[in-house]
Amino acid sequence: MNISLNVNGESHTIDIKDGQTPLLWVIRDILNLKGTKFGCGKAACGACTLHVNNEAVRSCSYPIKLADGKNITTIEGLGDKDNPHPVQQAWIEEVVPQCGYCQPGFMMATAALLNKVPKPTDEDIDNNIINVCRCATYYRMRKAIHRAAELNILKEESETQNS
Amino acid sequence: MADKKKLSRRTFLVRGGLGTIGVLAVGTYLFRSPIRAKIAGMINTADAPYQGNTDTPIIWFEITNENTVILHSPKVEMGQGTFTGLAQIVADELSVSMEQMQVVHANSDSGNIDAFATGGSTSISSLWMPLRELAATMREMIAVEAARKMEVEVYELTIIDGVISDGNKKMTYAQVVEGVTEWNVPDIPELKPISDYKFVGKPIARVDLEDKVFGSPIFGMDATMPYMLYGAVARPTRIGSTYIGSDTSKAEGMPGVVKIVKEIDFVGVIANSLIEAENAKEAIDVQWETQGDIQTSDIRALVEVGKGTPFVIQKEGDVDEFLKEDSNNIISEYWSPIGAHAQLEPNGALAYVEADKATIMMSTQVVNLTRGEIAKRLDFEDEQVNIVPTFLGGGFGRRLHTPNGIQAALLSKAVGKPVKCFFTRKEEFQNDTFRPPTHHILKGKLNETGMIEALEHNVSSGDVAFGSPMLPKVLETVLGADLGAWRGGMIQYGAIPNFKAISWRVKLPFATSWWRSLGLLANTFAIESFMDELAVKAGKNPAEFRLAQIQDDDRGKRLKSVINAVVEAAGYTNEVINGRAMGIAVSTDANTPCAEIAEVSIENNTIKVHKVFCAMDPGLVVNPDQVRAQCEGAIIMGMSASMFEKMEVENGELTPTIYGPYQMALMKHAPKEIEVILLQGSDAPGAVGEPPLGPIGAAIANAVFRLTGQRLRDMPLQLA
Repeated sequence: MNISLNVNGESHTIDIKDGQTPLLWVIRDILNLKGTKFGCGKAACGACTLHVNNEAVRSCSYPIKLADGKNITTIEGLGDKDNPHPVQQAWIEEVVPQCGYCQPGFMMATAALLNKVPKPTDEDIDNNIINVCRCATYYRMRKAIHRAAELNILKEESETQNS
Repeated sequence: MADKKKLSRRTFLVRGGLGTIGVLAVGTYLFRSPIRAKIAGMINTADAPYQGNTDTPIIWFEITNENTVILHSPKVEMGQGTFTGLAQIVADELSVSMEQMQVVHANSDSGNIDAFATGGSTSISSLWMPLRELAATMREMIAVEAARKMEVEVYELTIIDGVISDGNKKMTYAQVVEGVTEWNVPDIPELKPISDYKFVGKPIARVDLEDKVFGSPIFGMDATMPYMLYGAVARPTRIGSTYIGSDTSKAEGMPGVVKIVKEIDFVGVIANSLIEAENAKEAIDVQWETQGDIQTSDIRALVEVGKGTPFVIQKEGDVDEFLKEDSNNIISEYWSPIGAHAQLEPNGALAYVEADKATIMMSTQVVNLTRGEIAKRLDFEDEQVNIVPTFLGGGFGRRLHTPNGIQAALLSKAVGKPVKCFFTRKEEFQNDTFRPPTHHILKGKLNETGMIEALEHNVSSGDVAFGSPMLPKVLETVLGADLGAWRGGMIQYGAIPNFKAISWRVKLPFATSWWRSLGLLANTFAIESFMDELAVKAGKNPAEFRLAQIQDDDRGKRLKSVINAVVEAAGYTNEVINGRAMGIAVSTDANTPCAEIAEVSIENNTIKVHKVFCAMDPGLVVNPDQVRAQCEGAIIMGMSASMFEKMEVENGELTPTIYGPYQMALMKHAPKEIEVILLQGSDAPGAVGEPPLGPIGAAIANAVFRLTGQRLRDMPLQLA
């Protein structure tokens, strides 16, 4: 079957035999975007979190056929060194990553949270950021999430003023 | 580039041996044979000298055309921040800026191999002197060459940010080294005074920060090669299984299958995609020899003080006399469960085996061991196998034995193409090299002033250090007691007149091995909870009770300093205030003393950790921000292991096999405040990554006792 995807602003048509193939493996092994990680394959750890139509999705358990015609954003499309997403900027300012493996999933989950809740409380963070980090960088991550919210609001204000 | 003149070996050879023993612990150390004492000391004190080639800077540093310096690190980066610390040391001694520094993993065929491992909190401490000397030597080599090219004397030159000047002409390092094939290698020049260092001691941002924030493909599982295929190896679900044989007929015709590979000790499949390889693997009927329906209770029955082989690891005074049958003796038992590593990146490798060479890209803590094992299995010389280490998606000791490299290599050899082969999460949970369960019996007696007259700690544990082939088998014979199992198990209160520690070694029917901090987590939980029991019995403030029983040598003074610092920072009190109580626990691990106070409340009959204070003295701190990060992470990881984590054995299978059911600390459990105080009681860097993991379990349990009167003696901590 043919699947049409828009990934980080680029259109792709994928010919895939099994529509149940998880989106994660299409992203990683066919499109060769390695920033989205495999952690458990059962949607239990969140390392594979990316955005499908701006919603956070655990891509290891998301069949590719459901992604047909949708917009996908991965960590590579969230921002780059010249133009980091506020979440990435905050992660840099707080020096969050240790081993770094789970961090793209956390950043994608955080970016999706900020889309819905621009200024999350600690309780919002506790209830929504439920990925697993074995280096246990949670202490800095919480600070970075609050900082990302600030940066995000500043960015939106300046964009509104400029438009 | 060949050395024209041999490097002076004078200074380097000093650390070529087993190194100093350091101050192991108070009391008479029982490893009286010099060899035992040295080996035990080496591992217990993190005075382990660096075990690799430090003869020539050429294999360590590369100067690029852009005048940047690439450090080829034989230590792997698994999150502990080693790359950053090493880069700071090099930048200072080589006179370049941090912006000019890059760090990569040294491939094994570069010759820059750590013969031992990355682990044990030794990376910065063991490389501190060798790397400074290597960088200084490199700087001098470049200066000598620059002087020749510029036709001036070396002493006329100044160096700033990799640019050499005689006050007039300037040359960059890149210009100096261009075209040089033979080097004059000088004696090791004088090192810069530490006070002149610009980067060591500063909170420099991690050198791998951007790669990790923007999703660069840096991990083992991200590795690719052209024409790469995907492998899957059948792994047992039952503990202690041995591969017998397999029926692969169902798998053979399945979609995408390229080849089925049957080896003497495993069966695997190679396919065009990961999913196809996994599906075909599931269709293989494997015969295993197993060990019957073992249960958690069977394991718990094996791990009991009094069973197995006892080794007295520490003895001072006459404990046996003072702890004779007596109703005044205080006796308590403690337990810790089987712990999983649960690192996020599963184990695996990408291997490409050609006719006369093999290239293996993988996350490993043991480059040298893995190279040797793969070479042996392929019937190659070590030099024909190139291990290309990648960033590790967590280490924690899980990658101290990586037979998956062999499996990927044999799959690749069977098809003549690169093959990538990884564990599934279930396979990780069932084939981990676990933290062994432990049982502790502590006995103590107080004197008439409420001080400890005699104290004895017994720990029973499965293997830790001997669980990895990293240590030579002969060590088991030489040492007897598993030095990983008793890490943190000795009594550190040297002012107590009589004390003794005994390590009971038990063989378990599944693999147990190194887990961040080894025995420290369980041993500190037991000893420091018991110290709290004794303080309560004596009617004393637990912090003051501890301080009064620490000896006055250097080690003791450093331990007292961290206790005083953490007590002051936390405003430590024995009172319950607004429903919150504080618990204190301390330990000295690998010569790094650490004291922690947890502020805890009980909400809905659940333990809630609000705030943790940590004072640690790791000696000279190369990067305070990253040392703090290690403390924060170790505290929450230690909390996770103490409060939530537990593997069970059900009908011969290890369970659970997925995150969630394997409960771990998440964002909602992490304390919202962590305050880290760093002291410097030594002028060289010491251990950082593991010591702060030790005290947290007991600190929480001791706070819970203040709040509820319940003494929790079994990890994970659960209220009645």
